[in-house]
Amino acid sequence: MCETCGCGDPEIVPVEVQERILSDNDAQAAHNRSHFESLGVLAINLMGSPGAGKTAVLEATVRAAGATLRLGAVSGDLATDRDADRLNAAGIQSSTITTGSACHLDARLVHHALHHAPCGDCDMFFIENVGNLVCPAIYDLGQAANVVALSVTEGEDKPLKYPVMFQKSDLVLLTKIDLIPHLDFDVDAVEDALARVMPDAKMLKVSAKTGEGIDAWLEWLEARRPARRPDAESLAHHEHHHHPHGHSHEHH
Amino acid sequence: MHEYSIVGSLIDRVQQEAALHGGTRVHRLHVKIGELSGVEVALLRTAFDTFRERTICEGAELAIDSVVAVWACPRCDRVIARGAVLRCDTCGRPARMIHGDEIILERIEMEAPDV
Repeated sequence: MCETCGCGDPEIVPVEVQERILSDNDAQAAHNRSHFESLGVLAINLMGSPGAGKTAVLEATVRAAGATLRLGAVSGDLATDRDADRLNAAGIQSSTITTGSACHLDARLVHHALHHAPCGDCDMFFIENVGNLVCPAIYDLGQAANVVALSVTEGEDKPLKYPVMFQKSDLVLLTKIDLIPHLDFDVDAVEDALARVMPDAKMLKVSAKTGEGIDAWLEWLEARRPARRPDAESLAHHEHHHHPHGHSHEHH
Repeated sequence: MHEYSIVGSLIDRVQQEAALHGGTRVHRLHVKIGELSGVEVALLRTAFDTFRERTICEGAELAIDSVVAVWACPRCDRVIARGAVLRCDTCGRPARMIHGDEIILERIEMEAPDV
């Protein structure tokens, strides 16, 4: 009987659910996370506005660490393969998730991409999200950490304008710092804004152009790397496992 | 406009529950949306009005309970003032969100003649 509006309609029943609307995405993300963890791969969800310098940071990362670390990436892009092409040229094994009109990646899209471009032989795997400071923040992809690239040309108040994105991030990379001498950009102001939206705010200042700050970024990543399982590579190529959508299969 | 994909997930979930309980028509959905959930309530309504057509939710009302964001110290429970630095003045600890990031389907009111 309906007890909510008091109409007493005997055929209306209240069904209690009390569950996250995105519980399907959460389950898929948990599955992705267990993939990354079992392979000993550090997975990073890299977000930021269009043009914040996400791809350039990854290019600088492989320039600095390509000799010692194996890096992989998947780039979310509405319409082109340009980011993945740039990353492949720089030496990061990379593929594209073409999202069409979708403004964000979700866990299912990442899972699908991993089937076609496995990450098991990588030390670090970067999920370069669609350039957007709103939508990507609410979808868990199975990453170990969220990193937001914020460029100095975007202005100091971006964290206050987009609090959800910054609140969910574990690290902010302030990018293009080589441009600061040419701008009226106040680093203290952006740090203050971050402290008001991001608990335990952490920001590193980097320039992909000069390489400044990339060492500190690599240290931050290195500190988060899971222990690599000795059998990770054979697992990457021969793993059988159960999927939430009800099939098991071999990864190639 | 991720609100459209959220409404897609919402309607899928309602269809599952209706199948489970022998529901024939949905009258009302109760959802809880936090201020810092990243979901815009007005856009969610627009998306729901568009997507509910020709689904079990056609004609259903979307009742939204908006939740204000509150941060507090995880140690001394002191509430952080709105807009202030998210760190406890007394303990120095990073604040924790008490509520405000909910995207929850709470309850479905449906016609279920066999229940």
